[in-house]
Amino acid sequence: MTQNDVIIRLENVSKAFGDKQVLDNISLDIKKGEFVTLLGPSGCGKTTTLRLISGFTTPDSGTVYMDGKDISGIPPYKRPLNTVFQRYALFPHLDVYDNIAFGLKLAKVPEKEIEQRVRKVLKMVSMTDYEDRDVESLSGGQQQRVAIARALVNQPKVLLLDEPLSALDHKMRQDMQIELKEMHQKLGITFIYVTHDQEEALTLSDTIVVMNEGKIQQIGTPADIYNEPVNSFVADFIGESNILNGTMIEDRKVNFIGHDFECVDEGFGTNNPVDVVIRPEDIYIMNNTTSAQFTGKVTSCIFKGVHYEMLVDTDSGYELMIQDYNAFEPGSEVGMIIKPMDIQVMRKERLCNTVEGVMTDESHVEFLDGEFECGAKAGLEAGDEVTVQFGFDAVELWDHQEEGQIAGEVYSILYKGDHYHLTILTESRGFLYVDTQDIWDKGDLVGITVKPSEIKICRRNDN
Amino acid sequence: MKKFFAQAYIWFLLILLYAPLVFIGIFSFTESRVMGNWTGFSTKLYGNLFSGMMQGDSALMAAVKNTLLIALIAAAISTLLGTIAAIGIFNLKGRKKAGIQFLNNIPMINPDIITGVSLFLLFIFLGFSQGYTTVVLAHITFCTPYVVLNVMPKLAQMNPNTYEAALDLGATPGQALRKVMIPQLRPGMISGFILAFTMSLDDFAVTFFTRGTVGLDTLSTYIYTDARKGGLTPELRPLMTLIFATILILLVIINIRQARLAKKAANK
Repeated sequence: MTQNDVIIRLENVSKAFGDKQVLDNISLDIKKGEFVTLLGPSGCGKTTTLRLISGFTTPDSGTVYMDGKDISGIPPYKRPLNTVFQRYALFPHLDVYDNIAFGLKLAKVPEKEIEQRVRKVLKMVSMTDYEDRDVESLSGGQQQRVAIARALVNQPKVLLLDEPLSALDHKMRQDMQIELKEMHQKLGITFIYVTHDQEEALTLSDTIVVMNEGKIQQIGTPADIYNEPVNSFVADFIGESNILNGTMIEDRKVNFIGHDFECVDEGFGTNNPVDVVIRPEDIYIMNNTTSAQFTGKVTSCIFKGVHYEMLVDTDSGYELMIQDYNAFEPGSEVGMIIKPMDIQVMRKERLCNTVEGVMTDESHVEFLDGEFECGAKAGLEAGDEVTVQFGFDAVELWDHQEEGQIAGEVYSILYKGDHYHLTILTESRGFLYVDTQDIWDKGDLVGITVKPSEIKICRRNDN
Repeated sequence: MKKFFAQAYIWFLLILLYAPLVFIGIFSFTESRVMGNWTGFSTKLYGNLFSGMMQGDSALMAAVKNTLLIALIAAAISTLLGTIAAIGIFNLKGRKKAGIQFLNNIPMINPDIITGVSLFLLFIFLGFSQGYTTVVLAHITFCTPYVVLNVMPKLAQMNPNTYEAALDLGATPGQALRKVMIPQLRPGMISGFILAFTMSLDDFAVTFFTRGTVGLDTLSTYIYTDARKGGLTPELRPLMTLIFATILILLVIINIRQARLAKKAANK
């Protein structure tokens, strides 16, 4: 069943550390010779995925295949792949030559061949003449090159790179990116690259795997991921974007920021709520307001080198970010046009909060380790297992954790043009989603209450 | 004036510290049985020490041999055990780690006499015949925590990924330990070994309680018994002088070497 050109396959892989689910049923195929990047914020599971492939972590369930063979039980030192570690992990007691020759000596390669191969790989990373140097006397960039050489000299089938450039300064990082890309083309082996830097991912990869909360969000080419994000997380994580609530009126017609727009998307049904993504460079801005689709007022304008970045308040009260080569002064009235091609419509991941709970009495329900008032519900009694639903705006957040029924932390923030959509990680490690006008910061500790009148409850099916 | 007092204070302290040693050194070059009596310069005591022709018996040299051998064995085994323990403790997390580190510290604060008596009772309880083995075991017991304490900081300094890097490059866990971990931990292991060695060398209380009745003597127990028998054997004076001189020379060598290494590193 395995295709010939798939070199690494993850099948339904899950992994938890303690009560934290790090990877949640992940499946992924990596083709021979591909440059694949695992991209996501810290804690999304990308490094764990890499460690599953290198063998430093074993999956709780699921299987890792290499060349069609199950390698889940094979220890790292028997796997034909090599890793470039974050912070290099060079051996400080060995010089450059011995660091690079380490793997070859263990494999009992003849001394003569070791010498040739080390020379060759040093030349490739432009580090000739550094053989006798103490690794700790090298600069960060040089250490990085030695680390890459140490992995490549073993001629692995797959090279794993764990945020290899994160410790380098910006300029150095860009140079190394180009060199890595060239190396990949020259060697023709598979590169699996982990990073949280979306720019790096877009520059380097053939394929990007966007991850969040232990799940794969989207797999695609850099252009796919940028132009057609599948959900608001991907759209927000990759590049700058305006993410807005919209309604799909019918095929090829979507309503957002109070106006109807023509678009190219079909199959979302009629009058269904959707997320809409508009890249800031895709909004045409002009002084002419009569031929525009909608109008607005510029509130700020910042020069960004190549373009200007402007914030515009629209006639219907939404804030949009717009990038253009021309500057429009703050305070000026402008007209805007969005072409159908540039509107990306996405299915909403969820329309309300849904959690499982238990009735404690006929007007109280317990969920996420807290007890909430929910108004009297007929036909339900204490101990009944129920599904609880409430809207994003039914949740109220408080500065002090004691003020809420349960406590949590602001996990991520999405600006939706006229309000913020927050993801809250509760103390019981569940997620709640909140729409609010208030400004919160990522990591803020909050108390959480839910408006009793907005809680909908139904008995869980007995299956 | 202020400087004069500061200087005088230092010299006073130094004299106080070193006067006893200097006295032993001086009186090792005279034959008198009682220390403090100068009966003319002589190296006869040194001669006796090496030829074994002593006024007392040859038990002194046997005690020296025992002391060194016990210290070497105990320090070597403690270094091995302590290093393994340190790696284990380092990889623990949270409360478990803190707990075991605390347990590791207790034997070091515990008075020697209590360690000695409790080991004595333990060996009797287990029915061990006391002698050489029990002394070595006892010394390993109180030396190991010092090795753990010396190796832990080296582990903390080490990049944790280097072990994984070794595995990644094809080393088995054993090879990774030998070729990557141990070389990086070596300075800590050496200082742990030296500390364990010196702790074992001058231990009296624990040895006294665990040596049994077979007549096993280390230097410290020998001197103790000897002094009770009526005056110290005069040959102890040159022996003490030699031990002190050896340690002094070793310290000087170590210091010079370290200074050179630091200079070399600075020149890079």
